[in-house]
Amino acid sequence: MEDLLNLGGRQVKSRLLLGTGKFSSYPVMQKALEAAASDIVTVALRRVDMSTQTDNILEYIPKPCILMANTSGARTADEAVRIARLAKAGGQGNWIKIEVVRDNKYLLPDNLETLKAVEILVKEGFIVLPYMSPDLSMAKRMEEAGAAAVMPLGAPIGSNRGLKTRELVEILIREIRVPVIVDAGLGSPSDACECMEMGCAAVLVNTAIAIACDPVGMAQAFGEAVIAGRRAYLAGLASAANEASASSPLTGFLRDEAR
Amino acid sequence: MILTINGKQVPVEKPVSLDALVAAKGLCPEKIVVEHNLCIIAREDWPKITVKDRDMIEIISFVGGG
Repeated sequence: MEDLLNLGGRQVKSRLLLGTGKFSSYPVMQKALEAAASDIVTVALRRVDMSTQTDNILEYIPKPCILMANTSGARTADEAVRIARLAKAGGQGNWIKIEVVRDNKYLLPDNLETLKAVEILVKEGFIVLPYMSPDLSMAKRMEEAGAAAVMPLGAPIGSNRGLKTRELVEILIREIRVPVIVDAGLGSPSDACECMEMGCAAVLVNTAIAIACDPVGMAQAFGEAVIAGRRAYLAGLASAANEASASSPLTGFLRDEAR
Repeated sequence: MILTINGKQVPVEKPVSLDALVAAKGLCPEKIVVEHNLCIIAREDWPKITVKDRDMIEIISFVGGG
């Protein structure tokens, strides 16, 4: 049976969600999206710059992809709700990544405002994926409020530092029923693989791919790492031990008995 | 009269409808979302809204983001 990700009432193949920020150009971004084979892609909303004619990003996102707008820039639940409604009016579906940040230095999410936004937007029929600090109580509340997933950070946004929140994310994986998707901070394919090996349902990556020397090659590498990590999780990792356990026979002909 | 469009004060000679305003700015209607005094206005309703002095207009579009 094919291993699909059940998320927001949809079933998708790829467990690598991709962000579209910071790419050097939309054509490069498009090639990276194709190389990663992502099914779910995030975008942001911004004021139109009247002084320049800019390309429409939507034309560079492969058509079968599910588009998920984020609420970046929001500092309160009300602002996140406003952005979500604008995104829906943009005609690209009702998936929304809630991102409420009041701290400009670390860009850490405000879980309380995020929860308030989740409660409102779920009632309005949105598929809501909250970006959050990995706190079990809050994750449970997000789940109870109807979040389609919880998205704990691995490290601060754009920091490429890897899964610094591992122990807390492991608790979420054990205790939360909706998919746990590590979002933010993953810097290398091995970070993504680590998340998948420990049982995350998916990961969301942007900066590590967008600012790599070869974003298209890096997108493919992340895609492969996510597949490998997921396979390892499904196969069940062998247990670790403090002492050696020979993988080749030690006895046979040099001496009678292993010492 | 003066409108606030995307946070900037913009002089406009006479009252215009939202669709005329969008056209005058050279914007492609399919790519944008328009908010008029904090209310999102569906594209088909743009001709019905005439902007007045001191109205606040936000014109938004999708961009790259993570």
